Amino acid sequence: MKEVRTAQRIFLVFAVRNLRRHWVRSGLAALGIIIGVLAIASLGILGNNLIILFSGLVADVSDTVVVTPHLAAASGDPFDPRSALATGITERDADRIAHAVGANPSIPLIQTAEALKKGRESGYIPVIVLHASDMPLLLSVAEGSFPPGSGRGVLIGARLAHELDIRAGSRISLAGEDVRVVGVLEERGLAIDINPDYAVVVTHDWYTDLHGAEDYDRVVIKVADLEEIPAVKAAVKDQMNRRKEVVDVQDSREILEMYYQTYDAISIFLLGIGGVALLVSSVSILNVMIISVTQRTQEIGVMRSIGALRREILLMFLYEALILGIAGSLIGGVLSVVAGYAITASVAETIFAGYGTAPTSLDAAGMREILTGIGFGIGTSLLAGVYPAWKAAHLDPIEALRYE
Amino acid sequence: MNEEGPIIRFTGVTKVYPLPAGDVVALDHVSLDVMPGEFLAIMGPSGSGKSTLLNLMGCLDTPTSGTLFIKGKDVGTLSDDELTRLRRDHIGFIFQQFNLIPLLNVIENVEFPRILKEREGGCTERCLEVLAAVGLEEELFSHTPAELSGGQQQRVAIARALINDPEILLADEPTGNLDTKTGTGIMELLDEMNRRGRTVIMVTHDQNVAAYARRRITIVDGRIA
Ligand SMILES: Nc1ncnc2c1ncn2[C@@H]1O[C@H](COP(=O)(O)OP(=O)(O)OP(=O)(O)O)[C@@H](O)[C@H]1O
Ligand SMILES: [Mg+2]
Repeated sequence: MKEVRTAQRIFLVFAVRNLRRHWVRSGLAALGIIIGVLAIASLGILGNNLIILFSGLVADVSDTVVVTPHLAAASGDPFDPRSALATGITERDADRIAHAVGANPSIPLIQTAEALKKGRESGYIPVIVLHASDMPLLLSVAEGSFPPGSGRGVLIGARLAHELDIRAGSRISLAGEDVRVVGVLEERGLAIDINPDYAVVVTHDWYTDLHGAEDYDRVVIKVADLEEIPAVKAAVKDQMNRRKEVVDVQDSREILEMYYQTYDAISIFLLGIGGVALLVSSVSILNVMIISVTQRTQEIGVMRSIGALRREILLMFLYEALILGIAGSLIGGVLSVVAGYAITASVAETIFAGYGTAPTSLDAAGMREILTGIGFGIGTSLLAGVYPAWKAAHLDPIEALRYE
Repeated sequence: MNEEGPIIRFTGVTKVYPLPAGDVVALDHVSLDVMPGEFLAIMGPSGSGKSTLLNLMGCLDTPTSGTLFIKGKDVGTLSDDELTRLRRDHIGFIFQQFNLIPLLNVIENVEFPRILKEREGGCTERCLEVLAAVGLEEELFSHTPAELSGGQQQRVAIARALINDPEILLADEPTGNLDTKTGTGIMELLDEMNRRGRTVIMVTHDQNVAAYARRRITIVDGRIA
């Protein structure tokens, strides 16, 4: 045993020795804090990553109105797989929409998938079918040029091009046809209208030559003046949905709103889980501290009778709670760093599906979440220690001495 | 009250413990003076109020009515912190159960009240001095209380009571848990402390132990008989 020196130290020593003496109990209490900190930090990191995803969405599509075929069951979510079940938008409908929105460009498109072969690599990839004249309205070419109206020229998304090492001028096989890549698109990021980064963009002429005429999956309307968005939407609905619901019309704000609502619900849910974890851990600290005070009642009586002040007894037990809190929180913090990397990596892989905005490592915001978790862990431990410590400090010395 | 006055003065002190079944009058209008340097034995049947009297002297409790002066201070007017400091700096407690702190070794137990008072400590000269005075072997200094015999524990407890050089030593049945031979050793120690000028007040059932004191009082039903 080490020598005891100063008064503050001796109460710290008491706390440390008492925790060590009951190490199983102390360990279990610390485990509660570890789990609590881990829960808060990981949920925070997860939430952060979702925010990054949504702020990526906000960026470049605020001028977009999306028209999709109406489906009673559809959620209106363009990413919702049920949307694919809906019937298409006919050529005639597309014309009516174009007519309704006046000068604002309306871009009908088909989203599908085709077999792609390049060298020895093959697989199904998303294909976006656009009229050649509409392409410059939605896309920018990083290398090469837009394809002419007819012919076998296609555009390729930046990420897919990178992955398959495809350049402007390369030849690939698409749907069994030999086609030439005339341009590589600029990376676009995740958006609500189209997501061409991992896709091939083909001309409508090429596609109908191959498959015959098909309905469109959606019409994207670019609205030059943001103020006009409500009017554009009203015009489309007026034109299309007069007798029955034929199409759903949503603008990017609405779609984002929906995401934010989902996000809010998720964060409240995550916060709830974190809160419950923390509550449980603070109850475990409270429990351990009350046991500790009860067990040491006689000892407290002795200390008080030989001259320990109330606040010194208080300090001794607060130290105990604090040590449990700090130890548990720091371990929880270290584990959170590991968990944070795992979460970030898996979010990058699943939710972002490789899009450019994905965080690839634990960033400052993630560290902040971990520090928040640690802070909460230490704070709640201390808070849970207050009542038992106060109780210990206010024991009647004589009663405490007589306690068996 | 000055230096020559009583170090402890009870005037009409009553102590009542309120219990659901009815109040227990543990002390009933007790008046008593203890002069500096006295060696007082308090005797009496079980439940008569001896421990209550000693606890009041030790500022562990305050009277329900009447006044109690310790070193000229009316304890009824003191705050909890002031009472604690009075205990720490001027009073040494010796218990029947020894009451050493199990988490601390011998040196740390003895130094504990000194650390509380001086805000620092360690294996000081003073500590070695009091441990020598109670005759504890050096090999035992780093032992914990659980590793000591009853007699050894009581010696450590006395060393602890002496460390802050208190004027008053209070002992509640200090030999109650010891065999006669060990008890005699402890009594000789208390006797020596008294001869060095300390006021010693001791509760005991044992006539032979009480014989060490220069004055004996008997409590019956909360009154001095
Ligand atoms: N904290 C307390 N609460 C209630 N009653 C108490 C308390 N302390 C003492 N008493 C009562 O006061 C009376 C005196 O008790 P005290 O402990 O002073 O007796 P004592 O003379 O020391 O007895 P013993 O020789 O058995 O130690 C007893 O009736 C006891 O039950
Ligand atoms: Mg008693």
